[in-house]
Amino acid sequence: MTGVITAQQSETLQRILDEFKGTQGPLIQVLHQAQDVLGYLPAEVQSAVADGLALPLSTVSGVVTFYNFFRTEPRGEHVISICTGTACHVKGADRMIDILRDVLGVGLEETTQDRRFTVQGVRCIGACGLAPVMMIDDEVYGKLDRKRIQEILALYE
Amino acid sequence: METIRLKIDGREITAQAGQTILEVAKENGINIPTLCHLDGVEDVGACRLCIVDVHGQLVTSCTTKVGADMDVQTQTAPVKEYRRMILELLFAEGSHVCSFCVSNGGCELQDLACDLEMHSVRVPYSFPRNRIDATHPQFLIDRDRCVLCGRCVRVCAQVEGAHTWGFAERGSTARVITDLAVDWGQAESCTSCGKCVESCPTGAIVRKGASNAEMRKKADLVGRLTERREHE
Ligand code: SF4
Ligand code: SF4
Ligand code: FES
Ligand code: FES
Repeated sequence: MTGVITAQQSETLQRILDEFKGTQGPLIQVLHQAQDVLGYLPAEVQSAVADGLALPLSTVSGVVTFYNFFRTEPRGEHVISICTGTACHVKGADRMIDILRDVLGVGLEETTQDRRFTVQGVRCIGACGLAPVMMIDDEVYGKLDRKRIQEILALYE
Repeated sequence: METIRLKIDGREITAQAGQTILEVAKENGINIPTLCHLDGVEDVGACRLCIVDVHGQLVTSCTTKVGADMDVQTQTAPVKEYRRMILELLFAEGSHVCSFCVSNGGCELQDLACDLEMHSVRVPYSFPRNRIDATHPQFLIDRDRCVLCGRCVRVCAQVEGAHTWGFAERGSTARVITDLAVDWGQAESCTSCGKCVESCPTGAIVRKGASNAEMRKKADLVGRLTERREHE
């Protein structure tokens, strides 16, 4: 394997594959563990999994893309979940997304170059009274505007 | 083998246990429309066009086995209406402008629209814009013409054994892919055998450079192949 993952990660992946070899229907568990260790499942990892379990490439790809849980793109250190639910939509969720794009240079479902932040949209997180709302990892931030977003992001620099 | 007596469209029919309703109907000259069914590969019940009424319940005849004293109706008004609606949804979901299609006149989807008397499409078209993948040296796929029947997936896996085709994602973004969703030309498992081309019921997978007159598919090829394998 070349490129995206390190030699050490590749060794770990091999260990996971060895552990599950010969067991019944191991694909999802292997992908699960591989993503735990590597953070995401790029093509070279999927291809190593297919080789290791002697499965068709198209089967591995089918499973990876079927479940939302699996990611084929790397994730940032922190995940910003911007609420696009009804209340937040009314209170300007779209503007908040624009502001984030201004400040971070990325839109929904994208990760910053320095891999610090991944931005994603989520449906109502149950804090409608504070709309517009975003979460960074497990922390909720409400009543957003440009100034507040900038202040909050600074906490994660 | 156990013999079973049942009724199809009021006719008394004898069948073997284990046969599907579709098989038995065919043997008796009763026509049920199908799209995802392909002789020679397993049935999966993907398209739902082969639905029939069994004691007031709708079931897919390609995947339902005959049972003793079954009363099967293949042409009731509701059954025909459901089939037409399924067909309209397939047309609305893809981009099927027959006059621009290399399979015009040789397309199972088009034939079904004629047979089922689909006069118009009552739901809005979704106008998908998938990129055409023409990276394979001999074949190409236009996913806007794909009806997700999975015939390519099954024939490639079950008959050729290459497993090149698979399904990716789900819902409205579901599509067929080759290997790790790479361009077909890059798919290392493909042996270029052409069975998926012959099996695809629409103009989705076709031979490159073929004219409309040349692009006539041999959908019965796979059935004939597998039959001979069994008798070897
Ligand atoms: S040409 Fe043959 S091997 Fe290649 S994708 Fe089609 S059926 Fe599979
Ligand atoms: S490409 Fe053709 S054979 Fe394959 S799923 Fe689509 S319509 Fe069916
Ligand atoms: S809509 Fe955003 S928190 Fe409820
Ligand atoms: S032919 Fe039976 S469901 Fe498609």
